[in-house]
Amino acid sequence: MKGRFGEFGGQYLPETLMPAVAELEEAYLAARADPAFEADLARLLHDWVGRPTPLTDATRLAAATGLRRVLLKREDLAHTGAHKINSAVGQALLAKRMGKQRVVAETGAGQHGVASAAACALLGLDCVVYMGTEDMRRQAPNVFRMKLLGAEVRGVESGTKTLKDAVNEAIRDWVTNVRSTYYLLGSAIGPHPYPTMVRDFQSVIGREARAQVQTLLGRLPDVVVACVGGGSNAIGMFTAFIPDAAVRLRGVEAGGKGIESGAHAASIVGGSVGVLHGTRSMVLQDDDGQIRGTHSISAGLDYPGVGPEHADLAARGRAEYVARTDAEALDAFALLSRTEGIIPALEPAHAIADLSFIRERYGAALDVLVCLSGRGDKDLETVMDALR
Amino acid sequence: MTVAAPTGTERIARAFARARGERRLAVAIYLTVGYPDRASTAALLRAALDGGADLLELGVPFSDPLADGATVQRANEVALANGITLEDCLAEARGVVAERDVPALLMGYANPFLRYGLDRFAGEARAAGVAGIIDVDLPAEESAPFDAALEPAGVARIDLYAPTTPDDRLARLVPRARGFIYCVSLTGVTGARRALGSDVAGFVGRVKAHARVPVVLGFGISEPAHVAALRGLVDGVAVGSAAIDAVTNATDRPAALRAFVRGLVDAGRS
Repeated sequence: MKGRFGEFGGQYLPETLMPAVAELEEAYLAARADPAFEADLARLLHDWVGRPTPLTDATRLAAATGLRRVLLKREDLAHTGAHKINSAVGQALLAKRMGKQRVVAETGAGQHGVASAAACALLGLDCVVYMGTEDMRRQAPNVFRMKLLGAEVRGVESGTKTLKDAVNEAIRDWVTNVRSTYYLLGSAIGPHPYPTMVRDFQSVIGREARAQVQTLLGRLPDVVVACVGGGSNAIGMFTAFIPDAAVRLRGVEAGGKGIESGAHAASIVGGSVGVLHGTRSMVLQDDDGQIRGTHSISAGLDYPGVGPEHADLAARGRAEYVARTDAEALDAFALLSRTEGIIPALEPAHAIADLSFIRERYGAALDVLVCLSGRGDKDLETVMDALR
Repeated sequence: MTVAAPTGTERIARAFARARGERRLAVAIYLTVGYPDRASTAALLRAALDGGADLLELGVPFSDPLADGATVQRANEVALANGITLEDCLAEARGVVAERDVPALLMGYANPFLRYGLDRFAGEARAAGVAGIIDVDLPAEESAPFDAALEPAGVARIDLYAPTTPDDRLARLVPRARGFIYCVSLTGVTGARRALGSDVAGFVGRVKAHARVPVVLGFGISEPAHVAALRGLVDGVAVGSAAIDAVTNATDRPAALRAFVRGLVDAGRS
């Protein structure tokens, strides 16, 4: 069935939005079949986003973690500092093609908000970004960036004042203004066709990386690892490798203060099947089906659900999912900074943190490809606070 | 000889027939269970009935009510803080149905029902005399598992349609509707509005062209003048946020709700 990944996915939406997602699916398929759209997208990814992003052979990090090879896919070097721009520019192009002048987006860490604001500025679209007030406090520089880029940032005071509440508010705006407004969803979550569409736009990461690794090593990596909140960078990286059965795929969720503490955001490792934000997937919920509050030092992973394709990859055993804690991510943040001269965002710091666990579990003779999904400038204040 | 208890759909049909017989619109009142506190829900539901409400919508609180405006969001947050569960909502329904033999529907979002277990829920809803459920994030595309559990139990799953629903979709889905059809009056979230949507008549007409069960209009309806303007157009109205506002702002809450509902019911008489 369309929009399903095994038992996951779907369109759990108010009726008001059902015609909108049908229109979106149709417009998306038409765009991808149109060489002019593909040419526009390819040009913007090259000239404006700065693709292809490099692959860095991180020899000092490999030595420090005891692995044969660690290769970093440098999405931190993409325009606006994270992989989010890949999908934002694709979707903004689509919005323009659909004749929607107004774009709404949600943001957690602010990276998707910044990417959306930048893409809308480039294409002359009006942009409203919903952001939890707790996240606005944690990610103040990104709030300022969005405003500089001409977006209106609306603080969300409801619920937990973080990413899930920003999604709720963006959907409420979309329901209200559906005829004029495009919802530029930032992760591979939400109702069909978003999980598929966001994956497709992000799959440029894995396509490039797979070719770069083969050029460098003359073979495929043994393990591919990426952090997973909603899971857009991970699915973008994994997609190219899913047919390569010998390549181990590993998603790293936010373990917060530890799974047993309950203060985490690991929806696959610590969650159960449920429906959130229009899709059936793994979610963090209580016995009554209420969505639980989450915790992660990384605002971009601080979400109680995960993309339905990840839930399916986990259920099928094609990818494995683990959780790394705030403390482990902070150590990895420092480690990568000192060994490679790269300050990562706290989100991919969780993936870096997993490297020593990969070596422990699977041995040292491994070539490991890591999706370095974003850079850490936005997190300096959080890290300074944490290290104090 | 014992007479079998009516099914949910029968209770709904009876309520609309009575309103029609009295030449007035049926009135459905939504209240979030456990708002403003756990103890007052039973009295508020009865006050709505004393004011003349024909159907009750018992709001099942959810942590992420993405189709609701500020009033119902706040009521949901308060209800959850008061520890309200789906089991509590079933218990409230059981009590009011046993006492007043009215159609009581549970209204909310898919996840709490799914988590409860659809078969378990259907059995307990039937035992409680629940007439149906209204799930605002469950379009036709996702409703099959709910229908498979609820239909054999005689519990109606009420379909919602919106001004954005195209004609071909209405033609395909509306004839299958059970109980009644819930028309969303506007393109947006719940919440009291000053005026009705501009093309309510056109939208309702598009739905009625295919409808075999009563048509109810909800979302945004907040005052007697709105109800009066809908006479002859729909079979009933659903009022939620404005009812919650009437409760929130009052000192004698049941009395205020009773008077508010009576005003709506009277405005629907032709």
